[in-house]
Amino acid sequence: MSPVLADVLQVSALLVALALVHRPFGDYMAAVYCSRKHLRVERWIYRSVGANPDAEMRWPAYLRAVLVFSAVGVLFLYLLQRVQDKLPLSLGFKAITPDQAFNTAASFVSNTNWQSYSGESAMGHVTQTMGLAVQNFVSAAVGIAVAVALVRGFARSRTGELGNFWADLVRGIVRILVPVSVIAAIVLVALGAVQNFGDIHHITTLTGDKQGISPGAMASQEAIKDLGTNGGGYANANSSHPFENPNGFSNLLEIFLLLVIPFSLPRTFGKMVGSVKQGYAILAAMAMIWFAGVVAVTILEFQHPGTASQAAGGAMEGKEQRFGEGASSLFSVSTTMTSTGSVNSFHDSFSGLSGGVLLLGMMLGEIAPGGVGSGLYGMLIMAVIAVFIAGLMVGRTPEYLGKKIGTREIKLAACYILISPAVALIGTALAMALGKGQSSMTNVGAHGFSEVLYAYTSGANNNGSAFAGFAANTPYHNTALGLCMLLGRFLPMVFVLALAGSLTEQKPVPVTAGTLRTEKPLFTGLLVGAILIITGLTFFPALALGPLAEGLTS
Amino acid sequence: MTNAKKPEMSTPTPTLAPHQDAPTGHQKKGRVGGGLFAPEQLVTSLPDAFRKLDPRVLVKSPVMFVVEIGSVLTTGLAVTDPGDWFGWVIAAWLWLTVIFANLAEAVAEGRGKAQADTLRKAKTDTVARRLAGEAEERVPGTELHVGDLVVCEAGDIIPGDGDVVEGVASVDESAITGESAPVIRESGGDRSAVTGGTKVLSDRIVIKITTKPGETFIDRMINLVEGAARQKTPNEIALNILLAALTIVFLLAVVTLQPFAIYAGAEQSLIVLTALLVCLIPTTIGALLSAIGIAGMDRLVQRNVLAMSGRAVEAAGDVSTLLLDKTGTITLGNRQAAEFVPVSGTTAAEVADAAQLSSLADETPEGRSVVVLAKETYGLRERHEGELDHAEWVPFTAQTRMSGVDLVENGAHRKVRKGAGGSVISWVRERGGSVSEDSAALADRISEEGGTPLLVAVEDADGARVLGVIHLKDVVKEGMRERFEELRRMGIKTVMITGDNPLTAKAIAEEAGVDDFLAEATPEDKMALIKREQAGGKLVAMTGDGTNDAPALAQADVGVAMNTGTSAAKEAGNMVDLDSNPTKLIEVVEIGKQLLITRGALTTFSIANDVAKYFAIIPAMFAAAYPGLDKLNIMGLASAESAILSAVVFNALIIIALVPLALKGVQYRPVNADKMLRRNLGIYGLGGLIAPFIGIKLIDLLISLLPGIG
Repeated sequence: MSPVLADVLQVSALLVALALVHRPFGDYMAAVYCSRKHLRVERWIYRSVGANPDAEMRWPAYLRAVLVFSAVGVLFLYLLQRVQDKLPLSLGFKAITPDQAFNTAASFVSNTNWQSYSGESAMGHVTQTMGLAVQNFVSAAVGIAVAVALVRGFARSRTGELGNFWADLVRGIVRILVPVSVIAAIVLVALGAVQNFGDIHHITTLTGDKQGISPGAMASQEAIKDLGTNGGGYANANSSHPFENPNGFSNLLEIFLLLVIPFSLPRTFGKMVGSVKQGYAILAAMAMIWFAGVVAVTILEFQHPGTASQAAGGAMEGKEQRFGEGASSLFSVSTTMTSTGSVNSFHDSFSGLSGGVLLLGMMLGEIAPGGVGSGLYGMLIMAVIAVFIAGLMVGRTPEYLGKKIGTREIKLAACYILISPAVALIGTALAMALGKGQSSMTNVGAHGFSEVLYAYTSGANNNGSAFAGFAANTPYHNTALGLCMLLGRFLPMVFVLALAGSLTEQKPVPVTAGTLRTEKPLFTGLLVGAILIITGLTFFPALALGPLAEGLTS
Repeated sequence: MTNAKKPEMSTPTPTLAPHQDAPTGHQKKGRVGGGLFAPEQLVTSLPDAFRKLDPRVLVKSPVMFVVEIGSVLTTGLAVTDPGDWFGWVIAAWLWLTVIFANLAEAVAEGRGKAQADTLRKAKTDTVARRLAGEAEERVPGTELHVGDLVVCEAGDIIPGDGDVVEGVASVDESAITGESAPVIRESGGDRSAVTGGTKVLSDRIVIKITTKPGETFIDRMINLVEGAARQKTPNEIALNILLAALTIVFLLAVVTLQPFAIYAGAEQSLIVLTALLVCLIPTTIGALLSAIGIAGMDRLVQRNVLAMSGRAVEAAGDVSTLLLDKTGTITLGNRQAAEFVPVSGTTAAEVADAAQLSSLADETPEGRSVVVLAKETYGLRERHEGELDHAEWVPFTAQTRMSGVDLVENGAHRKVRKGAGGSVISWVRERGGSVSEDSAALADRISEEGGTPLLVAVEDADGARVLGVIHLKDVVKEGMRERFEELRRMGIKTVMITGDNPLTAKAIAEEAGVDDFLAEATPEDKMALIKREQAGGKLVAMTGDGTNDAPALAQADVGVAMNTGTSAAKEAGNMVDLDSNPTKLIEVVEIGKQLLITRGALTTFSIANDVAKYFAIIPAMFAAAYPGLDKLNIMGLASAESAILSAVVFNALIIIALVPLALKGVQYRPVNADKMLRRNLGIYGLGGLIAPFIGIKLIDLLISLLPGIG
């Protein structure tokens, strides 16, 4: 089978799987967040933390709960790493340095999973399972909770109440993330992924070198890493490591896992606002951008420009032989556009232009389809902006889903869209101006700049993947990136929840023939255009000096 | 005096409103000048444009404020390096960008100023004849207080706003309405309000002053058209916030670019970075935003509608329910004869003849319509009163509710009468005549169809008897059905308000094509309807003129008071129609929509423009460091300098090019939201994407012809 045909079949299989699953899964998630009943295990959890899951929260209370919960998460994860050497099952690893511990704590709590450490040679079993894996679940559940709160903002009227954060958080974990990742982990194990708490195997290679092979709870970590769009691999090589991602099937399953929640949430949204068509308009915008990215990168990679790759018959440097160009392209676009950041190939090995597409995928704000929850709320914010401009063009005060987009709403949405470019660009600019970026580059010229730009874009948008050459483990980058990740995650949530609060207080405007129809393809097209022009163009100068300079020169 | 429940007499006293029969969509040349943009306004507004460079004024428009800072910065840089022609040219064009923006606003305001001057002339110092007990004293109009009684006689200028409390007079209101025909103002009822600055033409009235000097209607009008009272509307504020956010985003993109450029070995001069920034921030819409708002208000003024706030104009665009009074809005003010129906034993021609004869002395519009119908359908020539010998005319009165004539033809007496059913029947019975049974049935049938029956009876040699029935119909104004169809496509529901009984109302509602009707409407019913619609999230617009309408006008989101109405109504509404033409409500809605569409369209255009500007400037900045980036120079611009300059020049010129559009508003068609979006996205979205590629290329071609460049 030719690589192109194989690739087409893989993409088709993925699309079919997503098409089949998103509907029941989306409906299920809507039922989870609308349900009035509590499971017994959930009641135990509520009782043990002293939360009342039936108390409705207004937006400040909801936000407070999100921030307090996350702050506790950062602190706990930080301390866990700092005392790692005193914990059991530490595999003899030392305590993590303060700056790296801060970076890692910020990274996992913000659902970024940027790793300035090398998993298998830094983190013991307890830190991996009690710290990192726990955050993989809860940070993902926080993202979905905030998205659900925003959806309730649209769905509810004249209440000001957004639901209960504790209930949303616990249900997300207990009813969605845990069951799906358990099944996925078992399948991964069946496919050959490693799952144990063993010691490091010391072996001597054929050439006589000593090598330590780390085992661990990889299959379970892998499942939630992708399902929760986290991306922090057990091993440094992430999903290109054969223990994490043994073969083509597991590869496809992992891509499916990282796309399944983000692509199902629009259905949940549609269900909750009482119009699945509205959900599909959002889904279509996400899918269009994602698919365009997949096609662009795949074509660019199959062209494999450059003398070396021409001679080798493929641009395979930095890619796994097991996966090839097609599956690597599919994985890389899916991971950068879902804010996941797990990789099955090294993004800095992609051609200049496809590296640019991967960067752009993050720069668009991780909304196509974006991280779990964060993708949906990010896309809804862009929809609010697009509705505002388009709504004026039909001669009415703009309204989305029956809610007026007035001064307050546009102020909050505008603040939201400011954050990601501000954090990414200021972060990159500071690193470059202070010379810290240059000292961490492993390449010169435009490619070197792309590494720095990629790192800060990845941090600000909570992706977590890297242009692999970048030496991230320095006190400066650990601290700066840690701050970028926290700001890039939690500042937007402030505006999302404030917007949700403002929307839910409104009374709905009835739909008439004069209403902008946001469920129509025209609006989807407009939304995509607005995203590309408003967020994409902001980064055009930076992209020109990185991937474009590199890609267009060759 | 109730206004909502007009007495349903067969032939109500004719009270023609001054412009009642003005056709829909009628636009007369009123007091205000023509609305089209005249290029010479650009020149006359220049001084104002320069005055607006004051940063304290400009700071209100964040986008243009940033451009002004950029202009100062580049000028400063040019001064420090006077030999660099590029710096001077960029600085000059940045200043021009700001001035063009100011010019747009100044031109929009200038048109209002001219109107204000006309109004001021009407506000000459008047001397009021104030009543002090029985005596009369002369005081300046500016010293009047609320509650003072003043006398005005023929030739006097009314010294202030008030209500007529005694007398009736004809008043020339042309100073305000531009309409030269005098109007009647009388005490009591809904025609009691008079406006300061208008002139009494005949008779004597006593006016109770209701407004303090300086706050009169004419003062408010001056403030409104001058823009002094202009406050930003909610949508305008929201759009300004979005534009400010985009400005910040692009500011970040440009500021952070320098460290990247230094790394690339292509450090940029501050002049180039400023030029890039100005090109990227949404200057087109930023420059035109306030002009669009002023022009929108101005378009209303040109149609003789005064909006008390910009908010009301915007709300008009959002309206989803229109409450329209039947009489004068949907139907012509008066019923008209539509048919002559004979009772058994007579012919329609006989009825027509008798009806015409009996109506010759009926000067009401209904009476006249009977004469006309008889002439048109049966060729019966209108006979003049003098033509008939021995004719004794019985004119219509409200008491007898009949009109007719007593004739002596060839020696034979003949008496003909037509009028309301009850009156005619008793007239026939008094004369010992018989009332055939089918006349009652016919009258009932006409009532059910929404018409009004008038009986025609005769007394001659054969005795007194009923001949037949005249079918009087409410005549729906021409073009109303299409108008309502358009409104429906725009998503606006129309509700007809009438004092008629439900049967009649239903028939007219069906004929006119309104969506709903409220029959036997009382002011309370109207109010309840408005509140019900609003509870469902709808915005309601209505017109009104009576004191009874005041609460509903205040409750409605858009309340258009008729200028002929009471001061209570004018106070309660948020708009006043000087022509008192209720149909204009529809135009008000359209102007509101057009205002929003113009803003949205130019915003889209402005943002879409950025794509081309990137393709001009980025290769110009960095192709030296990374030659591959020259591939982005898809326009094939001559040199780096000419590329940047072309983008800056295009950015400035497009503002001037769009001033006429901003002032006139984008073309508006009453279609549904989908079609409108498709159309506007095509023109302003795609157009905004493509136009600058062409514009920048053309400017570059011109610039590269200059010696020393390219």
